Amino acid sequence: MRILVTVKHTPDLQSQRSFTEGAVTRTAEDGSMNELDENAVEAALQLIEAAGEGEVYALTVGGADAVAAVRKALQLGAHHAIHVSDEAIAGSDVFGTATVIAAAVRKVHAEAPLDLVVTGMAALDGLTSMLPTALAAELDWSQLTLASGLTVADGEATIIRHLPDARETVSAPLPAVVSVTDEANTPRYPNFKLIMAARKAPVATWSLAELDLDPSAVGASAARTTVVDASERPPRANRQVVTDTGDGGTALADFLVERGLV
Amino acid sequence: MSVAVLIEHHGGQISRPSFEALTLARTLGTPVAVWLGEEPPADAVAQLGEYGAAEVRVAAIGDDARLPAKAATAVAAASADSSVLLVISTFVNKEIVTRVAMSTGAGVVVDAAGAELVDGRVETTQTVFAATWDVRTRIETDRAIVGIRPNTTQAAPAPTAGDATVVGVDVPLPETRERLASVEAVPEEDGVPLAEAPVVVSGGRGTGGDYTLIREFADLLGGAVGASRDATDEGWISHEHMVGQTGTTVTPALYVACGISGAVHHRGGMQASGTIVAINLDPDAPIFEISDFGVVGSLFDVIPQAIERIKQSRES
Repeated sequence: MRILVTVKHTPDLQSQRSFTEGAVTRTAEDGSMNELDENAVEAALQLIEAAGEGEVYALTVGGADAVAAVRKALQLGAHHAIHVSDEAIAGSDVFGTATVIAAAVRKVHAEAPLDLVVTGMAALDGLTSMLPTALAAELDWSQLTLASGLTVADGEATIIRHLPDARETVSAPLPAVVSVTDEANTPRYPNFKLIMAARKAPVATWSLAELDLDPSAVGASAARTTVVDASERPPRANRQVVTDTGDGGTALADFLVERGLV
Repeated sequence: MSVAVLIEHHGGQISRPSFEALTLARTLGTPVAVWLGEEPPADAVAQLGEYGAAEVRVAAIGDDARLPAKAATAVAAASADSSVLLVISTFVNKEIVTRVAMSTGAGVVVDAAGAELVDGRVETTQTVFAATWDVRTRIETDRAIVGIRPNTTQAAPAPTAGDATVVGVDVPLPETRERLASVEAVPEEDGVPLAEAPVVVSGGRGTGGDYTLIREFADLLGGAVGASRDATDEGWISHEHMVGQTGTTVTPALYVACGISGAVHHRGGMQASGTIVAINLDPDAPIFEISDFGVVGSLFDVIPQAIERIKQSRES
């Protein structure tokens, strides 16, 4: 079984993030792999372990610091790492990003067919969760998204999808794009041997030219949306904290009554 | 200008956020309701008219509406003559609009708190980075798709009702690779769904697994019960109740956090709420940093007293 996992470099959620000229700027320290992508790597590793054979490719798109995300995937047990990096990609919207990832997936798929692409359900810094659908549509592969459970048998993948109104079981033939939620599994910790090996493991770096992509099809100029204004929300004004000495509940109720909320 | 609104409905009942979306749609143009699934009952059609829908476009595709590729084809056909498509920003609708955008070239903003027309383009507002930033985004394309969060517009009937003319949308659906093997309905809780609730009372580790007081407080305030990741991981309450970035994002007028420390994942799912109130034993709990009113104390003492006081104040 051959599985490609997309991973994204995101800043630590506690770190400072801001907007400059309509683009996200991040403090350089503390960045790592998007936490929800750990579930994607774990899902891929569990599938090849169950199958008794297979290879996992970790793919990331981004600037020089993005390579940290595929290194993390190698530490967890991925076999190959690919970093797509090109200045022209900066400022891409979800459709541009899907175009780039789809081209990289096709390149790997052309070398030897892939069975699955596995992604996290969302990037915790962007969280629009549109990418897995966009990727499946772009590749014209099966779309199995928001999986809280995943099995593969007889050339078909089956997921459990936990929606607010129903639990769905959805099946589709391979190849498929699967996004997994944080309910799907518990990610493993990297072991020392893999950490050491990951340091020396090669990372393939591909530019748009190697993916045969026209730079004008991606990046800020192709994006369908523009950030026109961004400002940090001010902290809540007039915050009050009281310590309960026997009348905390009354104080809370009076606050709610005063605000007209009850 | 025609503004298509994808209506959410369960068992023929229209969900509250759909009326909010229709209200918002009227500020952009003439609303056209899009209805997927079973045929809408007559009273639902009448309600859509009250909120200004000029037409109700019905794609009676049954359970096929559950497959994003089929739903997207139906929505694209039903909204083909609309410059703007509004949907409620749910995980499923985000999948549908991604495919609609890919087939039509429309620009998309999801998780928006508002939308308006500026110089002929749709501009949206939303909060990002766990609701610590406000962002205004312009959709640069002629067709715009906006996913709007519940509780961000005050729903109000139209001053002049729309005709709500029912029009069938007959569109051949594509064959999809995906196949629904089973659909098991999640038993409906009494009261309001979490994402739509105007008040949410959530319990976390501090409940020790006992949600009796949380439910009682939520019932009193006419709200829904939420939970932290800790509580759902412990199996104290089902995953549908989880408030947070990977569960349900809520923006109620009032959010009450009981025994929840306020980990970053949780805050990201509730920080944009109107008023935030917290009860926690730990005075250093991060939840107090984002609360309008906090009580350092035990929820088992504070909630019963608050309930009594609110009942008294309602009687007087």
